[in-house]
Amino acid sequence: MSANPNQGARPRPYRLAELGLLILAIAVSTSAYALVGLGTEDTIPANVYQYAAWLAALGLIIHIVVWWKAKYADPVLVPIAVLLNGLGLAMIYRVDLGRDEYQNSGVTQLIWMTLGVALAVGIIIFLGDHRWLRRYTFLSGFAALIFLMLPLIPGLGKTVNGARIWIGVGPMSFQPGEIAKILLAIFFAGYLVSYRDQLVLAGPKILGIRFPRLRDFGPIIIAWVASVGILVFERDLGTSLLFFGLFVAMLYVATSKVSWIILGLGFFAVGAVAATFLFSHVGQRVDGWLNALTAEEYNKTPGGSYQLVQGLFGMSNGGLTGTGLGEGRPNMVPYAESDFIYASLGEELGMAGLFVILLCYLFIFQRGIKTAQQLRDGFGTLLATGLSFTIALQVFVVVGGVTRLIPLTGLTTPFLAQGGSSLIANWMIIALLLRISDNARRPVEEFHTGVLKITEDPDDATASARATGNRNDTKRVEGAREHAAGNLATDRATSDDAPTTNLGAADLEANRSDEGPTTNLGTTGGER
Amino acid sequence: MKKPLKHISIVGFVMFALLFSSTSWVQFVTADSLNNNALNNRKVLDQLARDRGPILVDGKKIAYSEPVDDKYKFQRKYGSEGLDPRAYASMTGYYSIVSGASGMERASGEYLSGDSDALFYDKVGSLVTGEQPRGAAVELSIDPKVQKAAWDGLGNQNGAAVALDPKTGKILAMASTPGWDPNPIASHDSSTAQSAFETLNNAEDKPAYNRAIGGNLYPPGSTFKVLVAAAALESGDYKPDSTLNGPAELDLPQTTSTIGNSHPGACRNGGSPTLADSLAESCNTSFASLGMDLGEDAIKEQAEKFGFGQEMEIPLNVSASTFPEDLNPPQLAQSSLGQYEVRSTPMQMAMMTAGIANGGKMMKPQLVDRVLNANTLEPIKEMRPAQMSRPVSGKTADQLTTMMEGVVEDGTASVAKMDGTKVAAKTGTAQHGPGAAPHAWFISFAPADDPKIAVAVVVENGGNAGNEAYGATVAGPIAKDMMEAVVEK
Repeated sequence: MSANPNQGARPRPYRLAELGLLILAIAVSTSAYALVGLGTEDTIPANVYQYAAWLAALGLIIHIVVWWKAKYADPVLVPIAVLLNGLGLAMIYRVDLGRDEYQNSGVTQLIWMTLGVALAVGIIIFLGDHRWLRRYTFLSGFAALIFLMLPLIPGLGKTVNGARIWIGVGPMSFQPGEIAKILLAIFFAGYLVSYRDQLVLAGPKILGIRFPRLRDFGPIIIAWVASVGILVFERDLGTSLLFFGLFVAMLYVATSKVSWIILGLGFFAVGAVAATFLFSHVGQRVDGWLNALTAEEYNKTPGGSYQLVQGLFGMSNGGLTGTGLGEGRPNMVPYAESDFIYASLGEELGMAGLFVILLCYLFIFQRGIKTAQQLRDGFGTLLATGLSFTIALQVFVVVGGVTRLIPLTGLTTPFLAQGGSSLIANWMIIALLLRISDNARRPVEEFHTGVLKITEDPDDATASARATGNRNDTKRVEGAREHAAGNLATDRATSDDAPTTNLGAADLEANRSDEGPTTNLGTTGGER
Repeated sequence: MKKPLKHISIVGFVMFALLFSSTSWVQFVTADSLNNNALNNRKVLDQLARDRGPILVDGKKIAYSEPVDDKYKFQRKYGSEGLDPRAYASMTGYYSIVSGASGMERASGEYLSGDSDALFYDKVGSLVTGEQPRGAAVELSIDPKVQKAAWDGLGNQNGAAVALDPKTGKILAMASTPGWDPNPIASHDSSTAQSAFETLNNAEDKPAYNRAIGGNLYPPGSTFKVLVAAAALESGDYKPDSTLNGPAELDLPQTTSTIGNSHPGACRNGGSPTLADSLAESCNTSFASLGMDLGEDAIKEQAEKFGFGQEMEIPLNVSASTFPEDLNPPQLAQSSLGQYEVRSTPMQMAMMTAGIANGGKMMKPQLVDRVLNANTLEPIKEMRPAQMSRPVSGKTADQLTTMMEGVVEDGTASVAKMDGTKVAAKTGTAQHGPGAAPHAWFISFAPADDPKIAVAVVVENGGNAGNEAYGATVAGPIAKDMMEAVVEK
């Protein structure tokens, strides 16, 4: 372990770039809002300045917090999230204006956005290091299962359009699955980074494929069962597909085992095909997808392809450049503000607008993967992969459904669609990605995030007394255990049954570069 | 973990590539076919929101759009002072948020909406001036006086009346009763529109049928004898004064049944009427035997020359009138009297009448006189008279005209006599089922020496006269009123 690769060319924070992009995002979002007013009612909405100020305040707050607490975080994530959120707000407002009864849903969504940004800010401020989350691996997994099962509780859960993925408390509705996907990503990352060696190396070999021992494989089976359980009991193919895809992607990154991936996808395909035949709602979706443009499917209620086909008509009406905001007929499509907001945007902003939106998502994904590649710890790598892949997969499932690439399933379009749970969850994902990317790009000598705190020993006398024992240093490394495990896993794929007893090299490196090489703690598993 | 990460990255990029493709597929590659899909109701809604051009009759608006403050932006309205929307509904049709467009609203939809390529320069102009593009105005050839005479004459009776300008083919009147009001169907309140639409389509006496050009069609009855007479004259074997066989009863070959006359006894000249006499008193037995002598082919050929068997667009769709095929002699005898399976639109009979009036040159009937720029009222397109066919020679036409004048002067159509104007006509009283009151027919044109108007009128089931109805008594006065609206007394 010699010099950190980042030390040669010292990374730049790019905070001003973020500010510039952010101002652009706010300007575009505000213009969209104003154009909606012009297009539908021939006047710019009276509250456009308050609206702009509100958006700008949210954007600037998160920008300043990132500058303060995560200086090296990726500079494009915040502007992209604000832009997508702003375009979504404009379209939600536009669809609301097209209704017979105005529901003020734009304001509601802005409140959710505020809540989402507040949570994101909280995460950036209080989560000094993403590796802290690893402590809560199993707690996260347990919480995720609880969240997933909440909608099944009688009286609490609500069935909307055949899918039981909502809970309702009074007038409030929430999709716990949105939060569960973050918790699951944390769980998978923590679990896989600890057990990947057992998974890969131990266990019987059948037909040339080495299978893990049953006890190592247990949690994976639980994950699979949970996915299928969602499919069966909550009747939601989209969420099920999302969780399973998330899991398979993370498992693959952790173990590099293609055979398991094929096996896993095979299992899922079998489950999905079985579901098509067993459950009428899944079968209906598939029929409505295959024969969407027939009058029979179009006029069929319930089920049928009316919504999908109306969405396609809206998009084709928009063509390359769209009708212009407020000039189309997005309201003809059921759920134009949530499930089908992609079609609504396609109608009024055209293919050009949708390409920009797809590029935004692609950017988030690409920056997330890049962060994962730069990271020095396995947990962070897996978490960043999981979170960014979730967004990509979710976009794929929902946009693929709306554009008739795959059968339609009920997932929300990240940041765009109306709905509080989804928006909050996605802002949390952005916050985590910001935190992780800050960690990935931050030069070693600037590690003051709290995981690795180098403190003067308050008592020189005891220090010298100790120095006569095992230790000869006058410095103490606190809280390094959690950190260490991750780094070890990253750097060396060695068997690691008791990760908490080891210290990673990077921490020592960090320690050294700040204060000089003064540690000699424990063994480092043959690091050198 | 670097290598699998790269793979995950590739998987992600592939997913996005698929989404870019599927989005392009919907919005670019298949966009046109989706936009024109039969299930796609956006096009109608888009047009609804436009300033649609008016439909004009003699410069007055019979259908027009008025700006309103709702999501459709323009309300389509029908009728104006002196123009009863119910009298014109069979032509205008409706323009509805729930049931689309019908009638001229549909047939001339491209002009009215402004989509037609013929309006291209106007569209470019409005781009330059920044003016909201408007649909064009469509002016009908209808003469409101003739239309009113037809509408008032039909009154509460079911039937139809058509008037043509024989020299140009302009449709001067086209009435179909019962009439209906398009206004409620054009309502922006969808339940009002829907229930009005259903009422129109489910009503027992079928107001939605435009009886003048479609619907169930009618047996033309004795008016068809004009066509048989034309075939006889064209064959060269007959002249107006050729003697025919007109007994009181004619035995039909191969059967035990007979054909009788509508008036008791034999026809003129003690059962040996001339062709002209036969037409004048509408002798059944002489025309039945004439038809059998001429043969199926000769009559069918003559019928087709007059337009039977042919659908038309005026631009409304005109159903093809039919003459049956493979007839045995009794069927041919019946068919020669415009019975059996002969079916005709009033438009077809008017065309035949106009063709004779115009010296044997039958003009194509046209309902649109001009297409105008809705703002400047400058003509964009003007109707040009077009000859449709030459069903009879000039000589035959003249002979037929003289014979039809005889029907008015000294025959069944004396009701149509006008002071100082020569009128040519033929009556018809068409049986169409045991016990059912006959359809009353009247075809005519005037002035016979310089025709300005040719008319065909049918009143279903004898109208108010019921079983006592004759073409002359029930349909005749309507035809006369229509002719008088054009011909100066």
